Amino acid sequence: MSTTQTTGVEDPAVAEATSHADLTAGQRSIKDVLFYVGMLASLGIAFTALVALIALMLVQGWPRLNLDLITHFPSSIPARAGAESAVLGSIWVVGFTALFTIPLGVAAAVYLEEFADKQRWYNRLIELNIQNLAAVPSIVYGILGLGLIVQAAGLGQVVLAASLTLTLLVLPTVIIAAREAIRAVPDSIRAGSLALGATQWQTVWRQVLPASVPGIATGVILALSRAIGEAAPLVLLGGLTFIQFNPSGLDSPFTVLPIQIFNWVSRPQDEFEVLAAAAGVVLLVILLAMNSIAILVRNRFQRRW
Amino acid sequence: MDNSPSADDAPTSADAPQPAATGSGLADPALHLDTPTRAGRREIPEQPKDPVMLLRDVAVYYGGFRAVKDVNLDFGRREITALIGPSGCGKSTVLRCLNRMNDLVRGARVAGSITYHDQDLYGPKVDPIVVRRSIGMVFQKPNPFPKSIYDNIAYGPRVTGMKPGSMDELVEQALRGAALWDEVKDKLKQNAYSLSGGQQQRLCIARCIAVNPDVILMDEPCSALDPIATARIEDLMIELADRYTIIIVTHNMQQAARVADRTAFFTAEADATTGERTGLLVEYDRTGAMFHNPRDRRTEDYISGRFG
Repeated sequence: MSTTQTTGVEDPAVAEATSHADLTAGQRSIKDVLFYVGMLASLGIAFTALVALIALMLVQGWPRLNLDLITHFPSSIPARAGAESAVLGSIWVVGFTALFTIPLGVAAAVYLEEFADKQRWYNRLIELNIQNLAAVPSIVYGILGLGLIVQAAGLGQVVLAASLTLTLLVLPTVIIAAREAIRAVPDSIRAGSLALGATQWQTVWRQVLPASVPGIATGVILALSRAIGEAAPLVLLGGLTFIQFNPSGLDSPFTVLPIQIFNWVSRPQDEFEVLAAAAGVVLLVILLAMNSIAILVRNRFQRRW
Repeated sequence: MDNSPSADDAPTSADAPQPAATGSGLADPALHLDTPTRAGRREIPEQPKDPVMLLRDVAVYYGGFRAVKDVNLDFGRREITALIGPSGCGKSTVLRCLNRMNDLVRGARVAGSITYHDQDLYGPKVDPIVVRRSIGMVFQKPNPFPKSIYDNIAYGPRVTGMKPGSMDELVEQALRGAALWDEVKDKLKQNAYSLSGGQQQRLCIARCIAVNPDVILMDEPCSALDPIATARIEDLMIELADRYTIIIVTHNMQQAARVADRTAFFTAEADATTGERTGLLVEYDRTGAMFHNPRDRRTEDYISGRFG
């Protein structure tokens, strides 16, 4: 446009009219297409990897994917071996982890978001610590659990020790997710409640928490999904691989699916590899079930502002 | 009203008789300038009789920043008082002090005295929670709770420990009081967000009167609403003033002219040395008097549209 004005030969109005007449996107459309293809490709890679993984496990574990797998205890004879104690062990350990994590994590998040004075140095320190703790490798939590819970507290290598260790492991994730969910509740809701003469506690309990349930549920399930797949910290804690009985209480010795799978994979016989693949499918099914619970909860409590 | 400067700014169609403007409340709000205002219908004493609230030399600070100063106001019982003025003049700040909602802002501090029924509102033994049960508030943007219409109304009575003989009846009364009952009586279990913006704001008013307050504060309650919804809220305010003391912040001078018995005009002025802008009360008078013959030059400039 500037050239048309300086030459003075072309009438600027005419030049403008012609530029307005061309309504095609020109160069931009190619970039748009490339970007779109790029996005599709990224999605495709992620999706293909997932499908391949599941298909591989299904095909490999197919011969042993039957009820025997979850109704037999481990055995040194591959044909008789099953993962009953591991499946139940996983459910016990993760169940208690959920029981400990949800109230602790939500309470911590409520304190940090609704009550803590962010100017105070100790609150800032807590925040910083939680973010760092979320990034600590799980094996480190295993060492902590072994030293603190199993030995110092004298709990021994039992379900309770495993649950507490996994609680420590996933608590930062739950706190961070719950804080996000609580922060997403608009302040106008809090103001509306307080202006009616509700106390801050009533406002949190009756307005903020119900409104943040979907976000909290998502965070909790993500965290528990991580917990159920963990082998490393539990191996350190002394999760055994050869347990011929089901857990009967918090003080039972235990094993969990990832440990059982790890054990089977590392055996020389090929049959155990088939078992490992089949147990992997079982683990995935449990994960899927947990995720569907989260989706149900989320839809049940879905809010819009 | 016809001689008021604000009326001169209104569309010319306002001069024509518009029967639809009265009663139905569905006409363009500008037309309301010709309809009898509450101020025109009622005898307003020169000074508020039996004032509910007295503000003396009130100033509000946010940390070291003085947001507003020199506020002296008496709010008359069962009157509608409008606080008007340009953006940043501190009118909303003053409003939020009246039910201690400013306590929620970190660093906010009130100087001077605010007396409510002979009690110091900021006295050491005064519980802001209890204050807010007597002095309700309606916000700029409708903010219903993400619950059913019924639960929105019942929330206040529940949290304040009211024990009504029948909660259903209380909900109905509140909804009738806010002129919403006929529109929602068949869908009380529906989510409040299924209502239109104007209905949501009337729901918020119903929620507020359900706890039986003494004073209702309204912070630009119509600024997010269309003209029709605005007219309905204004009609509602005039009805509510038979039972409640109403203090409303508004950007809309016509609105103040239409509904308010008294009007307080605020403006913001820069400090000569620091350049910090502080809001202050310029003029407080009966609405008719203020719009017809303002005493202060700044008021006149504002209501004749010369600034703000």
